[in-house]
Amino acid sequence: MFGIELSMIWAVLIAVAVFLYVALDGFDLGVGILFPFAKDARERDQMQAAIAPVWDGNETWLVLGGGGLFAAFPKAYAALMPALYIPIILMLLALIFRGVAFEFRHHGRNAGKKWWTVAFSAGSIVAAAAQGLVLGAFVQGVNIVDGVFVGGPLDWLTPFSLLVAAALVAGYALLGAGWLVYKTKGELYERSRGWVKQLALLVALAMGAVSLGTLGVDPRVTYRWGLTMTSIDWNTFLPVAPLPVVALGLCFLLWRGAEKGQHLQPYLYTVGLFLVGYVGLAVSLWPYIIPFAMTPQEAAAADNALSLMLWGALPMLPIILAYTAYVYWLFRAKVGDEASYH
Amino acid sequence: MDLDALLLSRLQFAFTVGFHIIFPAFTIGLASFLAVLEGLWLATKKPAFRNLYLFWVKIFALSFGMGVVSGVVMSYQFGTNWSVFAEQTGSVLGPLLAYEVLTAFFLEASFLGVMLFGWKRVGPKLHFFSTCMVAFGTLISAFWILAANSWMQTPQGFETGPDGTYIATDFMSVIFNPSLPSRFMHMVLAAYLTTAMVVAGASAFALLAKRAIPESRAALRMGILMMAIVAPLQVVIGHESGVVAHEHQPAKVAAMEGWWETKAQQPTLLFGWPDQDAETTHAAIGIPGMGSWFVAGDSNAELPGLNAFPKEDRPPVWLTFWSFRVMVGMGLIMVALGLWGALLWILKRVDSVKLYHRALVIAAPSGFIAVLAGWIAAEVGRQPYVVYGVLRTADAVSPVPAGSVGLSLLFFLVVYAIVFTAGALYILRLMSKGPDTEEPPRTDEPPGTALGAGVKSATAGEA
Repeated sequence: MFGIELSMIWAVLIAVAVFLYVALDGFDLGVGILFPFAKDARERDQMQAAIAPVWDGNETWLVLGGGGLFAAFPKAYAALMPALYIPIILMLLALIFRGVAFEFRHHGRNAGKKWWTVAFSAGSIVAAAAQGLVLGAFVQGVNIVDGVFVGGPLDWLTPFSLLVAAALVAGYALLGAGWLVYKTKGELYERSRGWVKQLALLVALAMGAVSLGTLGVDPRVTYRWGLTMTSIDWNTFLPVAPLPVVALGLCFLLWRGAEKGQHLQPYLYTVGLFLVGYVGLAVSLWPYIIPFAMTPQEAAAADNALSLMLWGALPMLPIILAYTAYVYWLFRAKVGDEASYH
Repeated sequence: MDLDALLLSRLQFAFTVGFHIIFPAFTIGLASFLAVLEGLWLATKKPAFRNLYLFWVKIFALSFGMGVVSGVVMSYQFGTNWSVFAEQTGSVLGPLLAYEVLTAFFLEASFLGVMLFGWKRVGPKLHFFSTCMVAFGTLISAFWILAANSWMQTPQGFETGPDGTYIATDFMSVIFNPSLPSRFMHMVLAAYLTTAMVVAGASAFALLAKRAIPESRAALRMGILMMAIVAPLQVVIGHESGVVAHEHQPAKVAAMEGWWETKAQQPTLLFGWPDQDAETTHAAIGIPGMGSWFVAGDSNAELPGLNAFPKEDRPPVWLTFWSFRVMVGMGLIMVALGLWGALLWILKRVDSVKLYHRALVIAAPSGFIAVLAGWIAAEVGRQPYVVYGVLRTADAVSPVPAGSVGLSLLFFLVVYAIVFTAGALYILRLMSKGPDTEEPPRTDEPPGTALGAGVKSATAGEA
């Protein structure tokens, strides 16, 4: 269709879905990560109210990412999921706790409310960390022979994947803090500005560490960046060199945005920061759907399945984005004490 | 693949999908019920309908949340535990599930936010529209997931491609496979009945406790109306589903009925103890010829028993047999309660017969039991295949060691037990309190204002 490989179109669509997931569910997971740092129960209620109407839609992008991978690239899905068994299950269990906690926190009485407050926060942290472990394990590559995972159950557990997990928790916390700056007022808004400034520094360091780590996972990545131990291939390096510079610039803008008391900008700068990291990753791993083991073409479903889905996705995705944007617009007001329907 | 990992993966899938189905079975019906309530409120402006809406929407939010999080698990479990199944069927079933996400999940999730948090923020028409979109989304979702599952029961419209995986030759015949129409109808009606039983049970409980009288009387009648019409209709649809199953999955029907010998005048067994090893059903009490008459429309029809199939192709008989009986039993209870209610309605005694109210309270979970039992019969009866006649369950499992699966199963058991207990507690607590009404509050609790909520949470302590 349109002279482009269907598998490439789907690889791009799924990459977009995953990015939208990170940018959207990232902020509501981030709010959960910041829960322990709130002053009191009232502040935590406001934090949750800032995400309650939209979190379910945000998490649906994760289902589209997983379901889309199954549908468009069944061979990649079948090879990756067993390899990432433990972190994926961990993520799912954590998402259960924090997902039900939205409602349960309001129905619990003393001990119940405390328990679900902790569950919401711990669930958000563990889910973010588990996604980081998945990402780290994915980047460092999984042991696949003839399209089947042949490694051990703990292959994913390496210093690199732990580093990525920590970085992603910090990154989501920054998204959450940015979102709270946008959605809250008064004391909580001031507190959120402080979180943005602290986390901007932390995330800048974490991104740098992960970037260096990524260069170390495979010589093919360093080659992609035009780097070797002893020399720099300027023709390869120069086109991608702006990425880290843009990332640093965004960190600064975001710090200054919080300093100056901007509202929506810090969140958007953070999304930009994630986008830079995402593009950097794409540069490093192109053109693999499972790094160095499987390309989208090799992993793709049959052409008639891909084309049927594309005919559905072409009209549906704009409609989904339109009503999602509409719902965000409906709930654009900053939250106060009255936001809950309970 | 060692047997342990296979067995553990099967247990885990059965447990997680069984847990999951409880919530859609309830929320599909409840979403439609809420749409009807809101429509009635907008049309009549009777406060009872608004109060009912605001009451049931809280229960909906709790149940829907549990359905969402347990549903996300399912979309990843195909890969984590059934990667061979995922790889083999991806080009056939993948698009169906992708369409479910694109046409249903986003619709439900986005408009749920408006439904729960928009009551005071958006106009009544937009709010009603949102409720309708959520209800519509649950039905679309049911359609796609039933299409996928029905294809696994009665696969068609595919061939084996050069790489050994299945490729659709005709997606229309994949989607509209033989068992889809009856099974989709069967599931939607089951969801409506499940909701009707819960609504009727909760309303009867409120009437027994003399709470929220106008609301409970209205909701009780809506529940009875649904029961009286849908429960008998469900018997007809369920029968149709059985006829289709007999045509395409005769071994499943033989297991449901406990038939071993192939013969004319197959019985309908009221009781029996199927014994897989002895290839017989002990202590069978049944009505000769009735089974043949039900399934083939002729009591003299010769129908295959399990002995007609090689041992390795037979489903586990005891579980299929008994879960089928439990489902039918629950269905008959619902039919009886529906007719009893209709009779009382005609006699104008719906609100006064306490015995009927007590019966409804006891029967409130009957829909859940029927749905679980029915799905067990359908899924266990499909064994030993995951895609009937095409792919064996034993060949579909992931290359994951038993230790990992055992650990994850243990965690699912613990986490779901906690979540289920808390969710059930909160829902039952809401139900025992009943809808808020215009009647003056009976306690000295502050009214439901922002100030009041602040006072309440301050006295409830820090959390």
